[in-house]
Amino acid sequence: MTKIELTVDGAAVSDDVEPRMLLVQYLREKLGKTGTVIGCDTSNCGACTVHLDGTSVKSCNVLAVQANGRTVTTIEGLADTAEGDLHPVQEAFRECHGLQCGFCTPGMVMQAVDLLGENPNPTEEEVRLGMEGNLCRCTGYHNIVKSVLHAAEQTGVKA
Amino acid sequence: MIPVKFDYLAPTSVEEALAALGEHGDDAKILAGGQSLLPVLRMRLNAPEVVIDLNGISSLRGIRDDGDAIVIGAMTTHHDVRDHELVKEHALLLAKAAAEVADSQIRHRGTFGGALAHADPAGDLGAPALALGAQFVVQGPGGSRTVEADDFFVDLFETAIGDDEILTEVRIPKHTGWGAHYEKFVRVAHQWPIVAVAVTVKGSIDEARVGLTNMGSTPLRARATEAALAGASATEDGVRAAAEQAAEGTNPPSDLNGAADYRQHLARVLTGRAVLKAAGAA
Repeated sequence: MTKIELTVDGAAVSDDVEPRMLLVQYLREKLGKTGTVIGCDTSNCGACTVHLDGTSVKSCNVLAVQANGRTVTTIEGLADTAEGDLHPVQEAFRECHGLQCGFCTPGMVMQAVDLLGENPNPTEEEVRLGMEGNLCRCTGYHNIVKSVLHAAEQTGVKA
Repeated sequence: MIPVKFDYLAPTSVEEALAALGEHGDDAKILAGGQSLLPVLRMRLNAPEVVIDLNGISSLRGIRDDGDAIVIGAMTTHHDVRDHELVKEHALLLAKAAAEVADSQIRHRGTFGGALAHADPAGDLGAPALALGAQFVVQGPGGSRTVEADDFFVDLFETAIGDDEILTEVRIPKHTGWGAHYEKFVRVAHQWPIVAVAVTVKGSIDEARVGLTNMGSTPLRARATEAALAGASATEDGVRAAAEQAAEGTNPPSDLNGAADYRQHLARVLTGRAVLKAAGAA
Protein backbone atom coordinates (compact mmCIF):
# COMPACT_ATOMS: atom_id res chain seq x y z
CA MET A 1 0.00 0.00 0.00
CA THR A 2 1.12 3.52 -0.77
CA LYS A 3 0.07 6.63 1.11
CA ILE A 4 -1.45 9.41 -0.96
CA GLU A 5 -2.59 12.91 -0.06
CA LEU A 6 -4.49 15.00 -2.54
CA THR A 7 -7.28 17.51 -2.95
CA VAL A 8 -10.53 16.28 -4.48
CA ASP A 9 -13.31 18.74 -5.23
CA GLY A 10 -11.85 21.21 -2.78
CA ALA A 11 -11.41 18.79 0.13
CA ALA A 12 -8.07 17.42 1.34
CA VAL A 13 -8.12 13.61 1.45
CA SER A 14 -5.52 11.03 2.35
CA ASP A 15 -5.56 7.27 1.97
CA ASP A 16 -3.49 4.16 1.67
CA VAL A 17 -4.02 2.66 -1.78
CA GLU A 18 -2.67 -0.20 -3.82
CA PRO A 19 -0.40 1.15 -6.57
CA ARG A 20 -2.50 -0.63 -9.18
CA MET A 21 -5.66 1.25 -8.18
CA LEU A 22 -6.84 3.53 -10.99
CA LEU A 23 -7.79 7.10 -10.20
CA VAL A 24 -11.36 6.48 -11.33
CA GLN A 25 -11.67 3.51 -8.98
CA TYR A 26 -10.30 5.60 -6.13
CA LEU A 27 -12.81 8.36 -6.79
CA ARG A 28 -15.76 5.99 -7.02
CA GLU A 29 -14.93 3.22 -4.56
CA LYS A 30 -12.97 5.04 -1.86
CA LEU A 31 -14.53 8.49 -2.01
CA GLY A 32 -17.99 7.52 -3.27
CA LYS A 33 -17.80 10.04 -6.08
CA THR A 34 -19.86 7.97 -8.47
CA GLY A 35 -20.65 10.99 -10.62
CA THR A 36 -17.50 10.05 -12.52
CA VAL A 37 -18.37 6.92 -14.46
CA ILE A 38 -16.48 4.09 -16.12
CA GLY A 39 -17.62 3.68 -19.69
CA CYS A 40 -15.27 1.67 -21.87
CA ASP A 41 -12.39 0.83 -19.53
CA THR A 42 -10.05 1.07 -22.53
CA SER A 43 -9.27 4.82 -22.42
CA ASN A 44 -11.39 5.46 -25.50
CA CYS A 45 -14.72 6.85 -24.38
CA GLY A 46 -13.88 9.76 -22.09
CA ALA A 47 -16.82 9.14 -19.71
CA CYS A 48 -14.37 9.12 -16.77
CA THR A 49 -12.85 12.52 -17.63
CA VAL A 50 -11.82 14.61 -14.62
CA HIS A 51 -9.43 17.53 -14.20
CA LEU A 52 -5.98 16.83 -12.76
CA ASP A 53 -4.33 20.10 -11.74
CA GLY A 54 -6.79 21.88 -13.98
CA THR A 55 -6.45 19.91 -17.20
CA SER A 56 -8.68 17.13 -18.48
CA VAL A 57 -7.49 13.53 -18.21
CA LYS A 58 -9.14 10.15 -18.52
CA SER A 59 -9.16 8.93 -14.93
CA CYS A 60 -9.14 5.28 -16.01
CA ASN A 61 -5.73 6.01 -17.48
CA VAL A 62 -4.08 7.52 -14.40
CA LEU A 63 -3.06 5.64 -11.28
CA ALA A 64 -4.42 6.92 -7.99
CA VAL A 65 -0.84 7.12 -6.67
CA GLN A 66 -0.03 9.49 -9.52
CA ALA A 67 -2.53 11.97 -8.11
CA ASN A 68 -0.52 12.22 -4.91
CA GLY A 69 0.04 15.88 -4.03
CA ARG A 70 -2.21 17.07 -6.79
CA THR A 71 -5.68 18.53 -7.23
CA VAL A 72 -8.55 16.62 -8.78
CA THR A 73 -11.86 18.13 -9.82
CA THR A 74 -14.74 15.84 -10.73
CA ILE A 75 -18.19 16.59 -12.08
CA GLU A 76 -19.34 16.69 -8.45
CA GLY A 77 -17.02 19.57 -7.60
CA LEU A 78 -17.52 21.64 -10.71
CA ALA A 79 -20.40 23.85 -9.60
CA ASP A 80 -20.34 26.17 -6.66
CA THR A 81 -22.76 24.05 -4.66
CA ALA A 82 -22.78 26.51 -1.78
CA GLU A 83 -24.96 28.66 -3.97
CA GLY A 84 -26.86 25.70 -5.35
CA ASP A 85 -25.97 26.72 -8.86
CA LEU A 86 -24.98 24.62 -11.82
CA HIS A 87 -21.76 25.37 -13.64
CA PRO A 88 -22.47 27.38 -16.83
CA VAL A 89 -21.56 24.34 -18.93
CA GLN A 90 -23.97 22.15 -16.95
CA GLU A 91 -26.62 24.85 -17.42
CA ALA A 92 -25.97 24.81 -21.14
CA PHE A 93 -26.31 21.02 -21.37
CA ARG A 94 -29.66 21.29 -19.57
CA GLU A 95 -30.80 24.21 -21.69
CA CYS A 96 -29.87 22.54 -25.02
CA HIS A 97 -30.75 19.02 -23.90
CA GLY A 98 -27.20 17.91 -24.57
CA LEU A 99 -27.83 14.33 -23.56
CA GLN A 100 -29.97 11.32 -24.20
CA CYS A 101 -29.22 8.53 -21.74
CA GLY A 102 -26.83 10.77 -19.83
CA PHE A 103 -24.08 8.25 -19.24
CA CYS A 104 -21.41 10.15 -21.17
CA THR A 105 -22.53 13.51 -19.77
CA PRO A 106 -20.12 13.87 -16.81
CA GLY A 107 -17.15 13.33 -19.12
CA MET A 108 -18.62 15.53 -21.83
CA VAL A 109 -19.13 18.38 -19.37
CA MET A 110 -15.63 18.06 -17.90
CA GLN A 111 -14.02 18.02 -21.34
CA ALA A 112 -16.17 20.94 -22.49
CA VAL A 113 -15.01 22.98 -19.49
CA ASP A 114 -11.39 22.23 -20.38
CA LEU A 115 -11.98 23.06 -24.04
CA LEU A 116 -13.62 26.40 -23.23
CA GLY A 117 -10.84 27.23 -20.80
CA GLU A 118 -8.33 26.89 -23.61
CA ASN A 119 -10.52 28.35 -26.34
CA PRO A 120 -13.37 30.47 -24.91
CA ASN A 121 -14.87 31.20 -28.31
CA PRO A 122 -14.64 28.02 -30.42
CA THR A 123 -16.15 27.37 -33.83
CA GLU A 124 -18.44 24.38 -34.26
CA GLU A 125 -15.58 22.46 -35.88
CA GLU A 126 -13.25 23.29 -33.00
CA VAL A 127 -15.86 21.96 -30.58
CA ARG A 128 -16.23 18.72 -32.54
CA LEU A 129 -12.43 18.26 -32.66
CA GLY A 130 -11.96 19.28 -29.04
CA MET A 131 -14.54 16.74 -27.92
CA GLU A 132 -13.20 13.90 -30.07
CA GLY A 133 -12.03 11.94 -27.04
CA ASN A 134 -15.57 11.63 -25.69
CA LEU A 135 -17.98 9.12 -27.15
CA CYS A 136 -21.77 9.28 -26.93
CA ARG A 137 -23.24 5.90 -27.80
CA CYS A 138 -26.69 7.38 -28.17
CA THR A 139 -24.89 9.38 -30.88
CA GLY A 140 -26.52 12.55 -29.64
CA TYR A 141 -23.54 14.65 -30.67
CA HIS A 142 -25.54 17.39 -32.30
CA ASN A 143 -27.05 18.72 -29.09
CA ILE A 144 -23.81 18.20 -27.20
CA VAL A 145 -22.03 20.47 -29.67
CA LYS A 146 -24.89 22.96 -29.41
CA SER A 147 -24.55 22.88 -25.63
CA VAL A 148 -20.84 23.68 -25.72
CA LEU A 149 -21.39 26.53 -28.17
CA HIS A 150 -24.25 27.80 -26.03
CA ALA A 151 -22.04 27.70 -22.93
CA ALA A 152 -19.39 29.69 -24.79
CA GLU A 153 -21.98 32.31 -25.70
CA GLN A 154 -23.39 32.51 -22.20
CA THR A 155 -20.04 32.79 -20.45
CA GLY A 156 -19.00 35.33 -23.07
CA VAL A 157 -22.07 37.40 -22.18
CA LYS A 158 -21.31 37.16 -18.47
CA ALA A 159 -17.67 38.15 -18.97
CA MET B 1 -10.34 -4.32 -15.41
CA ILE B 2 -7.43 -3.61 -13.12
CA PRO B 3 -3.75 -4.39 -13.51
CA VAL B 4 -1.97 -7.25 -11.79
CA LYS B 5 -0.37 -6.15 -8.52
CA PHE B 6 2.94 -4.34 -8.84
CA ASP B 7 5.34 -2.32 -6.73
CA TYR B 8 5.42 1.36 -7.54
CA LEU B 9 8.59 3.42 -7.57
CA ALA B 10 8.60 7.18 -8.14
CA PRO B 11 12.24 8.28 -8.55
CA THR B 12 13.03 11.99 -8.61
CA SER B 13 16.21 11.78 -10.70
CA VAL B 14 17.30 9.89 -13.81
CA GLU B 15 20.12 8.29 -11.79
CA GLU B 16 17.63 6.99 -9.26
CA ALA B 17 15.42 5.64 -12.07
CA LEU B 18 18.40 3.93 -13.71
CA ALA B 19 19.40 2.34 -10.41
CA ALA B 20 15.85 0.97 -10.01
CA LEU B 21 15.91 -0.29 -13.59
CA GLY B 22 19.27 -1.93 -12.98
CA GLU B 23 18.01 -3.62 -9.86
CA HIS B 24 14.74 -4.95 -11.25
CA GLY B 25 15.71 -5.51 -14.89
CA ASP B 26 13.13 -7.42 -16.90
CA ASP B 27 10.67 -7.39 -14.01
CA ALA B 28 10.34 -3.61 -14.29
CA LYS B 29 8.48 -1.38 -16.72
CA ILE B 30 9.03 2.35 -17.19
CA LEU B 31 5.89 4.49 -16.86
CA ALA B 32 5.99 7.77 -18.79
CA GLY B 33 2.60 9.32 -19.63
CA GLY B 34 0.98 5.93 -19.27
CA GLN B 35 -1.52 6.43 -22.06
CA SER B 36 -0.41 3.23 -23.80
CA LEU B 37 1.05 1.39 -20.81
CA LEU B 38 -1.96 1.63 -18.49
CA PRO B 39 -4.37 0.13 -21.04
CA VAL B 40 -1.82 -2.66 -21.60
CA LEU B 41 -1.58 -3.31 -17.85
CA ARG B 42 -5.37 -3.20 -17.46
CA MET B 43 -5.87 -5.71 -20.24
CA ARG B 44 -3.11 -7.74 -18.59
CA LEU B 45 -1.12 -7.98 -21.79
CA ASN B 46 1.85 -7.21 -19.60
CA ALA B 47 2.33 -7.74 -15.87
CA PRO B 48 5.54 -6.13 -14.59
CA GLU B 49 6.41 -6.68 -10.94
CA VAL B 50 7.71 -3.15 -10.63
CA VAL B 51 6.53 0.06 -12.29
CA ILE B 52 9.03 2.93 -12.36
CA ASP B 53 7.14 6.21 -12.81
CA LEU B 54 9.21 9.00 -14.39
CA ASN B 55 6.64 11.73 -13.70
CA GLY B 56 8.53 12.93 -10.62
CA ILE B 57 11.69 13.73 -12.60
CA SER B 58 11.26 17.39 -13.50
CA SER B 59 14.51 17.56 -15.50
CA LEU B 60 12.89 15.34 -18.15
CA ARG B 61 10.24 17.95 -18.94
CA GLY B 62 10.56 21.03 -21.09
CA ILE B 63 11.83 22.32 -24.42
CA ARG B 64 14.96 24.39 -24.89
CA ASP B 65 16.94 26.09 -27.61
CA ASP B 66 20.37 24.57 -28.15
CA GLY B 67 21.90 26.45 -31.06
CA ASP B 68 21.28 24.47 -34.23
CA ALA B 69 18.70 22.22 -32.56
CA ILE B 70 15.80 22.33 -30.17
CA VAL B 71 15.84 19.80 -27.37
CA ILE B 72 12.61 18.21 -26.14
CA GLY B 73 12.63 16.49 -22.76
CA ALA B 74 11.29 12.96 -22.98
CA MET B 75 8.51 13.64 -20.45
CA THR B 76 7.17 16.72 -22.24
CA THR B 77 3.49 16.17 -23.03
CA HIS B 78 2.04 16.16 -26.54
CA HIS B 79 -0.02 19.16 -25.50
CA ASP B 80 3.12 21.14 -24.62
CA VAL B 81 4.95 20.06 -27.80
CA ARG B 82 1.98 21.20 -29.86
CA ASP B 83 1.85 24.65 -28.29
CA HIS B 84 5.51 25.49 -27.75
CA GLU B 85 6.82 28.50 -29.66
CA LEU B 86 10.25 26.90 -30.27
CA VAL B 87 8.59 23.87 -31.85
CA LYS B 88 6.30 25.97 -34.01
CA GLU B 89 9.23 28.07 -35.18
CA HIS B 90 11.89 25.40 -35.74
CA ALA B 91 10.04 22.10 -36.13
CA LEU B 92 6.55 22.94 -37.29
CA LEU B 93 6.00 19.37 -38.44
CA LEU B 94 6.20 18.14 -34.86
CA ALA B 95 3.70 20.72 -33.65
CA LYS B 96 1.30 19.62 -36.36
CA ALA B 97 1.74 15.91 -35.66
CA ALA B 98 1.48 16.35 -31.88
CA ALA B 99 -1.88 18.04 -32.44
CA GLU B 100 -3.11 14.86 -34.14
CA VAL B 101 -2.17 12.40 -31.39
CA ALA B 102 -5.27 10.65 -30.01
CA ASP B 103 -7.45 13.22 -28.24
CA SER B 104 -7.20 16.18 -25.90
CA GLN B 105 -7.21 14.20 -22.64
CA ILE B 106 -4.54 11.80 -23.91
CA ARG B 107 -2.41 14.71 -25.16
CA HIS B 108 -2.51 16.28 -21.70
CA ARG B 109 -0.97 13.17 -20.21
CA GLY B 110 0.89 11.31 -22.96
CA THR B 111 4.55 12.20 -23.49
CA PHE B 112 6.75 12.79 -26.51
CA GLY B 113 9.49 10.45 -25.32
CA GLY B 114 7.08 7.82 -24.09
CA ALA B 115 5.36 7.60 -27.45
CA LEU B 116 8.67 7.34 -29.32
CA ALA B 117 10.08 4.74 -26.93
CA HIS B 118 6.85 2.73 -27.21
CA ALA B 119 7.47 2.69 -31.00
CA ASP B 120 3.99 1.72 -32.10
CA PRO B 121 4.25 1.77 -35.91
CA ALA B 122 0.88 3.53 -35.99
CA GLY B 123 2.08 6.20 -33.55
CA ASP B 124 1.97 9.74 -34.87
CA LEU B 125 5.40 10.97 -33.77
CA GLY B 126 7.84 8.45 -35.23
CA ALA B 127 7.50 9.53 -38.86
CA PRO B 128 7.91 13.25 -38.10
CA ALA B 129 10.90 12.56 -35.83
CA LEU B 130 12.47 10.45 -38.57
CA ALA B 131 11.74 13.04 -41.26
CA LEU B 132 13.34 15.78 -39.14
CA GLY B 133 16.46 13.71 -38.45
CA ALA B 134 15.89 13.60 -34.70
CA GLN B 135 18.71 12.49 -32.41
CA PHE B 136 17.69 10.38 -29.43
CA VAL B 137 19.65 10.85 -26.21
CA VAL B 138 19.52 7.75 -24.02
CA GLN B 139 21.11 7.45 -20.62
CA GLY B 140 22.37 4.25 -19.05
CA PRO B 141 24.59 3.24 -16.16
CA GLY B 142 27.68 4.24 -18.15
CA GLY B 143 26.40 7.68 -19.16
CA SER B 144 24.59 9.14 -22.16
CA ARG B 145 24.81 8.29 -25.83
CA THR B 146 23.07 9.63 -28.90
CA VAL B 147 21.19 7.48 -31.40
CA GLU B 148 20.49 8.82 -34.88
CA ALA B 149 16.91 8.68 -36.15
CA ASP B 150 17.78 6.12 -38.82
CA ASP B 151 19.04 3.72 -36.15
CA PHE B 152 16.46 4.35 -33.43
CA PHE B 153 13.45 2.41 -34.71
CA VAL B 154 14.35 -1.27 -34.90
CA ASP B 155 11.09 -3.17 -35.29
CA LEU B 156 7.51 -3.34 -34.03
CA PHE B 157 7.55 -1.78 -30.54
CA GLU B 158 11.32 -2.09 -30.52
CA THR B 159 13.92 0.68 -30.42
CA ALA B 160 17.67 1.03 -29.93
CA ILE B 161 17.10 1.90 -26.24
CA GLY B 162 18.93 -0.76 -24.18
CA ASP B 163 17.28 -2.71 -21.37
CA ASP B 164 19.24 -0.69 -18.82
CA GLU B 165 18.70 2.67 -20.51
CA ILE B 166 16.13 5.47 -20.45
CA LEU B 167 15.33 7.94 -23.24
CA THR B 168 15.97 11.35 -21.67
CA GLU B 169 15.64 13.86 -24.49
CA VAL B 170 15.31 14.25 -28.23
CA ARG B 171 17.31 16.77 -30.25
CA ILE B 172 15.54 18.09 -33.31
CA PRO B 173 17.78 19.87 -35.85
CA LYS B 174 16.22 23.24 -36.57
CA HIS B 175 14.11 23.42 -39.72
CA THR B 176 13.37 27.10 -39.28
CA GLY B 177 10.82 28.42 -41.72
CA TRP B 178 10.14 25.04 -43.34
CA GLY B 179 6.51 24.42 -44.26
CA ALA B 180 4.92 21.32 -42.78
CA HIS B 181 1.87 19.12 -42.82
CA TYR B 182 0.81 15.88 -41.17
CA GLU B 183 -1.85 14.12 -43.21
CA LYS B 184 -3.57 11.40 -41.20
CA PHE B 185 -6.10 8.96 -42.55
CA VAL B 186 -8.49 7.54 -39.96
CA ARG B 187 -11.94 6.04 -40.16
CA VAL B 188 -12.95 7.09 -36.66
CA ALA B 189 -11.99 10.25 -34.77
CA HIS B 190 -9.12 9.90 -32.30
CA GLN B 191 -8.10 6.47 -33.56
CA TRP B 192 -4.70 5.29 -34.74
CA PRO B 193 -3.95 6.21 -38.35
CA ILE B 194 -4.48 3.57 -41.01
CA VAL B 195 -1.73 5.47 -42.82
CA ALA B 196 -0.32 8.94 -42.18
CA VAL B 197 2.28 11.04 -43.96
CA ALA B 198 4.55 13.62 -42.36
CA VAL B 199 6.01 16.21 -44.70
CA THR B 200 8.22 19.21 -44.21
CA VAL B 201 9.55 21.29 -47.09
CA LYS B 202 11.99 24.15 -47.49
CA GLY B 203 10.71 26.77 -49.89
CA SER B 204 8.47 25.50 -52.63
CA ILE B 205 10.36 23.24 -53.13
CA ASP B 206 14.12 23.31 -52.46
CA GLU B 207 14.22 20.31 -50.14
CA ALA B 208 11.64 17.90 -48.80
CA ARG B 209 11.47 15.32 -46.01
CA VAL B 210 8.71 12.73 -46.09
CA GLY B 211 7.98 10.30 -43.25
CA LEU B 212 5.43 7.48 -43.41
CA THR B 213 3.36 6.19 -40.47
CA ASN B 214 2.10 2.59 -40.37
CA MET B 215 3.65 1.57 -43.67
CA GLY B 216 5.84 -1.12 -42.10
CA SER B 217 7.06 -2.30 -38.74
CA THR B 218 8.80 1.04 -38.16
CA PRO B 219 8.33 4.59 -39.40
CA LEU B 220 9.86 5.02 -42.85
CA ARG B 221 11.29 7.76 -45.06
CA ALA B 222 9.94 8.03 -48.60
CA ARG B 223 13.38 8.75 -50.01
CA ALA B 224 12.54 8.37 -53.70
CA THR B 225 9.81 10.96 -53.31
CA GLU B 226 12.14 13.26 -51.38
CA ALA B 227 14.70 13.05 -54.20
CA ALA B 228 12.05 13.71 -56.84
CA LEU B 229 10.77 16.75 -54.93
CA ALA B 230 14.15 18.44 -54.51
CA GLY B 231 14.10 21.41 -56.84
CA ALA B 232 10.62 20.59 -58.13
CA SER B 233 7.94 23.24 -58.33
CA ALA B 234 4.98 22.89 -56.01
CA THR B 235 2.44 22.29 -58.72
CA GLU B 236 -0.28 19.68 -58.53
CA ASP B 237 1.16 17.63 -61.42
CA GLY B 238 4.79 17.78 -60.28
CA VAL B 239 3.96 16.85 -56.72
CA ARG B 240 1.62 14.03 -57.69
CA ALA B 241 4.30 12.57 -59.96
CA ALA B 242 6.84 12.60 -57.12
CA ALA B 243 4.27 11.15 -54.73
CA GLU B 244 3.80 8.16 -57.05
CA GLN B 245 7.05 6.82 -55.59
CA ALA B 246 6.00 7.26 -51.95
CA ALA B 247 5.22 3.59 -51.35
CA GLU B 248 8.49 2.29 -52.83
CA GLY B 249 10.21 -0.12 -50.51
CA THR B 250 7.35 -0.18 -47.99
CA ASN B 251 5.91 -3.33 -46.51
CA PRO B 252 2.68 -2.28 -44.80
CA PRO B 253 0.47 -4.64 -42.81
CA SER B 254 -2.82 -6.05 -44.04
CA ASP B 255 -5.53 -5.98 -41.39
CA LEU B 256 -9.21 -5.20 -40.87
CA ASN B 257 -8.57 -1.54 -41.69
CA GLY B 258 -7.09 -2.26 -45.08
CA ALA B 259 -4.93 -4.50 -47.21
CA ALA B 260 -1.30 -3.74 -47.91
CA ASP B 261 -1.92 -2.54 -51.48
CA TYR B 262 -4.68 -0.24 -50.22
CA ARG B 263 -2.23 1.25 -47.73
CA GLN B 264 0.32 1.76 -50.50
CA HIS B 265 -2.33 3.55 -52.54
CA LEU B 266 -3.14 5.70 -49.53
CA ALA B 267 0.54 6.53 -49.00
CA ARG B 268 0.80 7.87 -52.55
CA VAL B 269 -2.40 9.91 -52.36
CA LEU B 270 -1.76 11.27 -48.87
CA THR B 271 1.85 12.17 -49.73
CA GLY B 272 0.64 14.28 -52.63
CA ARG B 273 -1.85 16.08 -50.41
CA ALA B 274 0.63 16.56 -47.59
CA VAL B 275 3.36 17.98 -49.83
CA LEU B 276 1.00 20.45 -51.47
CA LYS B 277 -0.27 21.59 -48.07
CA ALA B 278 3.24 21.80 -46.60
CA ALA B 279 4.36 23.90 -49.55
CA GLY B 280 1.36 26.19 -49.17
CA ALA B 281 0.03 25.16 -52.58
CA ALA B 282 -3.23 23.57 -51.41
